[in-house]
Amino acid sequence: MKKLALILGTSLILTITACGGNSGQTTTTNTGGTPVAQTTGNGVRTAGGDRFNTIKNRGQLICGVSGEVPGFSFVGTDGKYSGIDVDICRAVAAALFDNPDAVEFRNLNAKERFTALQTGEVDILSRNTTWTLSRATSVGLDFAPVVFYDGQAIMVRKSSGIKSLTDLKDKAICVQTGTTTEQNLADQMRKRNITYKPVVFEDVNITFATYAEGRCDAITADRSALVSRGTTLPKPEDNVILEEVISSEPLAPAVAKGDSKWGDTVKWVVYSLLKAEELGINSQNLGQFTNSTDPDVKRFLGTEGNLGEGLGLPNDFAAKVIKHVGNYGEIYDRNLGPKTKLNLARGQNQLWSKGGLLYSPPFR
Amino acid sequence: MTNDKPPLWRDSRFWNIAGQLTALFLAALVVTVLVSNLNRNLQQLGIQFGFDFLKQQASFDIGETLIAYKPTDTYSLALLVGLINALRVAITGIILTTIVGVLAGVARLSDNWLVRNISLVYVEIFRNTPLLLQLLFWYFAVFLGFPKADNKISLWGLIGLSQNGIELPWFTLSPEFSALLLGLTFYTGAFIAEIVRGGIGSVSKGQWEAARSLGLKPGLIMRLVIFPQALRVIIPPLTSQYLNLTKNSSLAIAIGYPDIYFVASTTFNQTGRAVEVMLLLMLTYLALSLTISLIMNAFNRTVQIKER
Amino acid sequence: MTKLTWLRKNLFNTWYNSALTVICFVLLFRALQGAVVWATTKAQWAVVQINLPLFLVGRFPQTEYWRVWVVLAIAFSLAAITAVVFLGKQRFAGFIKLVAPWLSLIWVLSFPVILWLIGGGFGLRPVSSNLWNGLLLTLFMAAISIVLSFPIGVLLALGRTSKLPVIRWFSILYIEIIRGVPLIGILFLAQVMLPLLLPTDFRLDRVLRAIAGLVLFSAAYMAENVRGGLQSVSRGQVEAAKALGLNTFFVILLIVLPQALRAVIPAIVGQFIGLFKDTSLLSLVGLVELTGISRSILAQPQFIGRYAETYLFVGLIYWLFCYLMSLASRRLEKQLNN
Repeated sequence: MKKLALILGTSLILTITACGGNSGQTTTTNTGGTPVAQTTGNGVRTAGGDRFNTIKNRGQLICGVSGEVPGFSFVGTDGKYSGIDVDICRAVAAALFDNPDAVEFRNLNAKERFTALQTGEVDILSRNTTWTLSRATSVGLDFAPVVFYDGQAIMVRKSSGIKSLTDLKDKAICVQTGTTTEQNLADQMRKRNITYKPVVFEDVNITFATYAEGRCDAITADRSALVSRGTTLPKPEDNVILEEVISSEPLAPAVAKGDSKWGDTVKWVVYSLLKAEELGINSQNLGQFTNSTDPDVKRFLGTEGNLGEGLGLPNDFAAKVIKHVGNYGEIYDRNLGPKTKLNLARGQNQLWSKGGLLYSPPFR
Repeated sequence: MTNDKPPLWRDSRFWNIAGQLTALFLAALVVTVLVSNLNRNLQQLGIQFGFDFLKQQASFDIGETLIAYKPTDTYSLALLVGLINALRVAITGIILTTIVGVLAGVARLSDNWLVRNISLVYVEIFRNTPLLLQLLFWYFAVFLGFPKADNKISLWGLIGLSQNGIELPWFTLSPEFSALLLGLTFYTGAFIAEIVRGGIGSVSKGQWEAARSLGLKPGLIMRLVIFPQALRVIIPPLTSQYLNLTKNSSLAIAIGYPDIYFVASTTFNQTGRAVEVMLLLMLTYLALSLTISLIMNAFNRTVQIKER
Repeated sequence: MTKLTWLRKNLFNTWYNSALTVICFVLLFRALQGAVVWATTKAQWAVVQINLPLFLVGRFPQTEYWRVWVVLAIAFSLAAITAVVFLGKQRFAGFIKLVAPWLSLIWVLSFPVILWLIGGGFGLRPVSSNLWNGLLLTLFMAAISIVLSFPIGVLLALGRTSKLPVIRWFSILYIEIIRGVPLIGILFLAQVMLPLLLPTDFRLDRVLRAIAGLVLFSAAYMAENVRGGLQSVSRGQVEAAKALGLNTFFVILLIVLPQALRAVIPAIVGQFIGLFKDTSLLSLVGLVELTGISRSILAQPQFIGRYAETYLFVGLIYWLFCYLMSLASRRLEKQLNN
């Protein structure tokens, strides 16, 4: 009897060690020396086309936003989300479901935003995220076209007498961690050989609040954020944004890498917003264009051709987007334009034909 | 032979071993599944496990450093700066909170009604509200509520209080450090006060009476007779309060003090290496906890009754 | 006359006590004066008044508030019944006899009902967990976490006192590792690492992940509390039970655990208070519970800089709950000792 127990025991141990050995082996083959390009290739195979269908079946888009930046994404007193980042998601939902409200918004902080996208907690990240090489490669993001060209700047109090970066020597600068902002600041100050005292926070509200309380002599963030947040400071007129722009910050929506179908959908919905403005189509005059004879317009609105099919969308997806959300110009004006408290000039965020950087490839 | 041995399925030793092996097997299975999931997920994200990133340039700046550090240094040096900052707050915090806690604990037993009740109110307020909230309060409502550095509040010409923190004749403590230190000190102090009160209460009444009949003054009775005996009861729970203080110092992240957790969090953010950073953090805190426990256990042995 | 003697005895019995009294009195008076002046003249309590619903239930839809009230009513009546049973007043003897055996069952059954009322479904309008904020979320998560961590904690405690080395070492390893790491690290683990450890197509809601983190953390502390109780059960009990022919499983289930758990009820209440306070850390991982919502409220343009008012109000809410619970636990302790 004892023997039997012994045999049983040893065989069990053997199985376990065998399992352990196996898992160890797979671990080494997985991690050891596999080139990044190939692993990304694997990703394409496993996740290809899944996301699009998942969203279609769910009947709702899940969109990761900041929820804390006025003009980009924030919760109004009525509990509804608004802002330019929010409208991008609403446009995608309009293209998918003909319903801009089929979106669930999730607030994400700077730290968790990429993981949330990678792990599929959100379908799309529309959270004033800067398009960078390392994020596109090692972090595994697939960026849609830029929806807002921004640049990092520095805001100081007028009374401080600070005029340029060099005046910031040994001053305290408030900055949010987990953003390109923090590294850009370090780079620029290093280049100029200026020592400074960073006061770093995780939370954007706290970063601005600390500046407002006077703990820091300056605060650095994207220019748009400084403008929009600046309006919420106790005395906005007492602050001034320095002319020097530290870096270029193209802000773009992103999806997880490895699902080109879903990525294409988001990309072309964003392009449709730009194209509509270029063609002069907006939510008000959309009706007048339905009988247009212009082949460009006809293809764009889906009355001719079958452009939507390639994306798995109805052919008139662009018309649906414009009907519900408006073109890029309308979105901009609604959230950041002169009628809003923020009043940001369009500047670089103007169509290429009007001296800006926005450009849509042809819809054909 | 078979008569005095029960059959296998009635042998409790067999079941013990089999049960343990099953447990081991299940644990191994769970770990294998989790690790393979992790591998697959990381592979999909194009991240490879490894600690090479520690040698890369950190490229972020740290506001408070005790050793030389610049953004061109490596992540490992940045983490070391964080560790030193964490140690700084933990050590000063442990010293201060012991003082506050013992004073408040003794005050709870004072025969002065006012002193007794002030201490009671302190304990009940600080024990029953979250530490995070207290830290936010110290930082925003207290330190950032102080006047600008130009017209600081001066206490006896020695200590200056302003938005720049606490200015002592020798050096200045940043508001982030000061808020964290005071928050941890007063929060933990409230718990220590209760431990001290309980410890002193556990010393039998006869000890007081005997000491008094010897003609000792109350202050001396406390110091020479009661407190050494109370220490034996106090030290074990006191140790866990020290551990709590050290662990709670990670809340520094809420008010912008760059301790190890904060730096690790930034490192994770820039490199995306959740697993490696988490492992490093866990090991660091376990090492800290272990060190404190060892020191306190050694101290505990010296105060225990030596039976002859 | 009696007042004078009281004063002399309690405040001025020796010269240094008199000095202490005077100093304390002056300090107290100045502090109180400052606080009253600030609270009545400088403070602007509008931030609390206007945002009261946000503090309490967050973005829970206004038309569905009645559901929260029903939940509150259920919780209160259950708590009241439990209190009556535990205090064992003679007047309600009949009622207690009737209810006592069913008490734990009623509690267990109330959970899905409460979950259904808050979350919706089955005829009620569903409310996404994204919208459960403020105090509602704080209470919800604290309650769920303590209930879930209880069985795990008991198992770990039994494991730690087990004679089987594998199980004992596994339990010790788990308990000591968790207790050596800050909660915020565990919450980070649950929010960021858990999705990486699970299969790609298996997603956990953010609130569920937070609860997982709290449970992982709380179970280790629960295990230590229960272990204290296990050690208080005398060996004689175990030996007597074994002599009656019960096997180990039943000895533990029927003899050891009931006595051990009874001994540690106050410790568990204490742990619940700690957990209730610890939920505030969830605001650091992006959940909008009571502390989180106050941070959002402080971002409202018209209320920027109203820290003292907001934090004092939120602190008062936490304090009320914790203080009441610790009072209850002290009563309970007395009751159990009798």
